[in-house]
Amino acid sequence: MRIVCPFCGARDAQEFSYLGDASLQQRPDTPAGAPLDDAAHAAWHDYVYLRENPPGEHTEFWYHASGCRQWLKVTRHMRTHAISNVEAARPSSLRGAA
Amino acid sequence: MRYSILSVLGQALKGQKDWKPVWRDAEPKPAYDVIIVGGGGHGLATAYYLAKEHDIRNVAVVEKGWIGGGNVGRNTTIIRSNYLLPGNIPFYEKSMKLWEGLEQDINYNAMISQRGILNLYHSDGQRDAYVRRGNAMRLHGVDAELLDREGVRKMYPFLNFDNARFPIHGGLLHRRGGTVRHDAVAWGYARAADQRGVDIIQNCEVTGIRVENGRVLGVETERGFIGANKVGLAAAGNSSRVAAMAGLKLPIESQVLQAFVSEGLKPLIPGVITFGAGHFYISQSDKGGLVFGGDLDGYNSYAQRGNLPVVEDVCEGGMALMPAIGRLRVLRGWGGIMDMSMDGSPIIDKTPVDGLYLNCGWCYGGFKATPASGFCFAHTIARDEPHELNAAYRLDRFRTGRLIDEKGVGAQPNLH
Repeated sequence: MRIVCPFCGARDAQEFSYLGDASLQQRPDTPAGAPLDDAAHAAWHDYVYLRENPPGEHTEFWYHASGCRQWLKVTRHMRTHAISNVEAARPSSLRGAA
Repeated sequence: MRYSILSVLGQALKGQKDWKPVWRDAEPKPAYDVIIVGGGGHGLATAYYLAKEHDIRNVAVVEKGWIGGGNVGRNTTIIRSNYLLPGNIPFYEKSMKLWEGLEQDINYNAMISQRGILNLYHSDGQRDAYVRRGNAMRLHGVDAELLDREGVRKMYPFLNFDNARFPIHGGLLHRRGGTVRHDAVAWGYARAADQRGVDIIQNCEVTGIRVENGRVLGVETERGFIGANKVGLAAAGNSSRVAAMAGLKLPIESQVLQAFVSEGLKPLIPGVITFGAGHFYISQSDKGGLVFGGDLDGYNSYAQRGNLPVVEDVCEGGMALMPAIGRLRVLRGWGGIMDMSMDGSPIIDKTPVDGLYLNCGWCYGGFKATPASGFCFAHTIARDEPHELNAAYRLDRFRTGRLIDEKGVGAQPNLH
């Protein structure tokens, strides 16, 4: 399997680490330090433990560990492993800001 | 027909002409008391124990392909109960006890062979971890023996004891572990369930689950609607898909695990050996092929095939452990789709939908669990509450914090 990194070009998937479900990019928006109410508790449960797991197209995070060290959002088909889209996980204005 | 030495001799004299198909090819009835979705080992075992233990015989097992075509036919046939955590040990030990009596129970030769499993350790820290595991097992009445280097050498003199990086220091031996003829498990349970009135419906894919007012009414299939009071899902690999039909989102990722078999050899490896310094395990089938496997490919997949980097990784593990197999050719490799759960442990439980039950999340340990999984799932369905053995395998344990994380790696399934 090869992943076409937007920064490095086509590279062997072995250069990347897999994180999984990219629908989980945003953490639940709960105030720091405050005790969790039931709704926040449920939101964190869903965020940490539940996953999109479709048999077709799946968007997922891959980290280019042996390359540019950028997080990528990859759209890949679960039955064929064919990759239809790769983009940077964060918009370029944010990259490097932290 | 009951199998016995007489039936075998009788058929031999008649030229083997009178053997009958061992289960009926059932047409779906309009409705059943219980429908099991998934005709693999777990689904068929569940149907069998529903009939045997709970006298619920108006049961159908609905399978999209042919029975035993999924993970029960795609594993490395190993059975063991060498677990560490309290929620797991009694369950897997029950499974081992059921394996030990299975052939007599279902009158079918599953070639159960308790040839022993040896987990090797390569460092003092790893030895201490195995001491702890062995003690936990023995406290629960499971057999475990710690072998030192010479003990291992006596059993397996051909291993690479003096590997510069990972010398073998010893191993934890679980003598009652072993292997089983995996297809025979599916066929044996199917036959035994069929004899008790269970309908096995093959080539009948479930396309929907009908739910009204929070209660399950039955399943939509390629061959029309089939009503049911209760529906049990045992579709490992596709659990997320099937559960989504009832509006449930699961703590599961589907990932591919590969396994391999070599060309046939004369008897070489009497038991099962696992390498402690990498993920590699190996045994020899009764046909003579070496059966071995290792890590997941590490990404979500429904493809039932893996990629080459893992083939290389597994073979490197094998070469580090026993260089003698280096000239051996790999005959076949295959991939199975694992339900990887968020803590590495399974789920056998009720769901928020009345009458809908869930059996999933077996990661890559489902085969050995087949009898106990069927036993506990049947109990959960029949009594509408978990058996004490699967009381820890709750769907809501991620919400309540009662995780059973044998490896302690957290909600990152490709690391389990």
